[in-house]
Amino acid sequence: MVNLTTKIGALTLRNPIMPASGTFSEDLADVIDLSVLGAHVTKTVTREKRGGNPTPRVCEVRGSMLNSIGIPSKGIDHFIQNVIPFYKAYDVPLIVSISAHNIDDFARICEEISVPGVDVIEVNISCPNIEEDGKAFAMRPSSTHKVMTKLRAVSDLPLWAKLTPNTGETTEVAQAAQDAGADALVVSNTLLSMAIDIHSRKPKLGNLMGGLSGPSLKPIALRMAYQCAKAVDIPVIGCGGISTVEDVVEYLIAGATAVQVGTATFINPTTMVTLISNLERFLESQNISNVRELIGTVRDNDAADSVVFMEAAP
Amino acid sequence: MELKQRNAEAGTSANGRAFEAETRVKSNREVNGEYRQLILDAPQKILDCQPGQFFHLLCPVTSKHQPYLRRPMSIYGYFPEKGELHFLYKVTGEGTQALAELNEGDTLNVLGPLGVGYTIRDDWNNILLLARGVGLATLAPLAHEARRLGRKLTAICSARNPDVLMSIDLFTEMGAEVITVTDTEGTSDLENVASIIRTKIANGEVDALYTCGSNRMLKLLQDVGAEYGIPGEIALEQQMACGVGMCQCCVRSFRRSGKITHERVCREGPVFDIQEAMGW
Repeated sequence: MVNLTTKIGALTLRNPIMPASGTFSEDLADVIDLSVLGAHVTKTVTREKRGGNPTPRVCEVRGSMLNSIGIPSKGIDHFIQNVIPFYKAYDVPLIVSISAHNIDDFARICEEISVPGVDVIEVNISCPNIEEDGKAFAMRPSSTHKVMTKLRAVSDLPLWAKLTPNTGETTEVAQAAQDAGADALVVSNTLLSMAIDIHSRKPKLGNLMGGLSGPSLKPIALRMAYQCAKAVDIPVIGCGGISTVEDVVEYLIAGATAVQVGTATFINPTTMVTLISNLERFLESQNISNVRELIGTVRDNDAADSVVFMEAAP
Repeated sequence: MELKQRNAEAGTSANGRAFEAETRVKSNREVNGEYRQLILDAPQKILDCQPGQFFHLLCPVTSKHQPYLRRPMSIYGYFPEKGELHFLYKVTGEGTQALAELNEGDTLNVLGPLGVGYTIRDDWNNILLLARGVGLATLAPLAHEARRLGRKLTAICSARNPDVLMSIDLFTEMGAEVITVTDTEGTSDLENVASIIRTKIANGEVDALYTCGSNRMLKLLQDVGAEYGIPGEIALEQQMACGVGMCQCCVRSFRRSGKITHERVCREGPVFDIQEAMGW
């Protein structure tokens, strides 16, 4: 028997496989047994009701997808009354993703969502900060630090900061989140992208641009997870393009303590269940008794730190 | 390819509503110049379907075609006694082109059955369905169900020309009165179709109206339904990613209690109240 449990701060997960926010909901219980997952991560909720972006909201590119769903939200009251009780039936940690377009609203929802049944707040700081220039909080260390500091003050729950790949300051943003009291980092959200229909000459997404996810994002998110794991002491949760057990193991070796699986669930809704059993099988085949033995074991000793943190490679 | 064909049986449905399952192609043949029929050898557990529901198909990646997301497709027929699942499709894009390349014996990963299907209320003894083109596929299972329930069925089938009128035999077999209208014969215009329906209603032969897909059919049945106070349902299409309600990709607008709301076509639909549906 191999030990698949992993720890994110004080929180123990039965295995390192959990969904990525936005690619999971109660509805998946129609297809898989949700009780086997390492954690449950809900789609980002905002305080107010929101409609989301115009359609088409999704398009595919070779072997990956773009989305501009927006953050349609039924609001926090609906969430507390309906969503949290659903997950209480499971003995699985509940991670609630929150967002807002300014710091005060962020603090308000963070405080209001800190209720029994919620184990962790995942802070989606990859959304635009309307109060500044509309750039996402997580694009800059300063705005990351400011918002995380404010949130740290209003909740006792663990805070996971979800970073964005749309930045040239990955390690600085990671350190700012840590300095401001984040308990873990989720690395990362989707990469801003575009696709155009050459016949109609219209962008393929109603919102013109959207986030790239799926296998083509993996090398980018893996690089970021690696850099972040090097740069901070808090746990890093890898996220981006994971669809096979090899992808999971790669993130763990790069330094991730757990992983989130997103777009692959749209292709095969049973993906996470398959990954858990395949991870167990992989560890057995390698004679590794504890999954934690893999974390951060990348053999990069010969490389200088300056190379590790280089953003402009090659 | 290897990734997509992984062990689909790993996750067992917690509540038995939908399954990711491997099926085997029994046949995949051209029906006429435009449409193909796919017959799958399917496990029993996925054949407990309702008319109007759909499956989300993992179209094969081939040397010529590389679809990534699944493609939603309404069920043309489900036959638990034969262990068969049927689809009728028109080859249009990357997904259906890849589907057309499937040969007998190939496997196809399907997810379903998904969504909320048509309802036939106990007091709807006379039902009328209006379908055009591939929309006939979606309505075929409804005809089966109507016969099973012993309801009287009128099927108005519309097409560009008589050659592509499909499923006439199927509807006739179901005991339906079949009325065909075509563009080439000049009988498929909305005015003519509306007057056919009005005559049926005047004769007391319509308790409920059903259609799918088309904006023009929607408008027509909304108008006639409102005029005579006859209820109806429509199956809608929308581009989808996950197909089970997680991603919020497939929303459409609906008129409900004086307000406009968004619903997921995959989850709250694909079948909706015809008066609540909004044109596009």
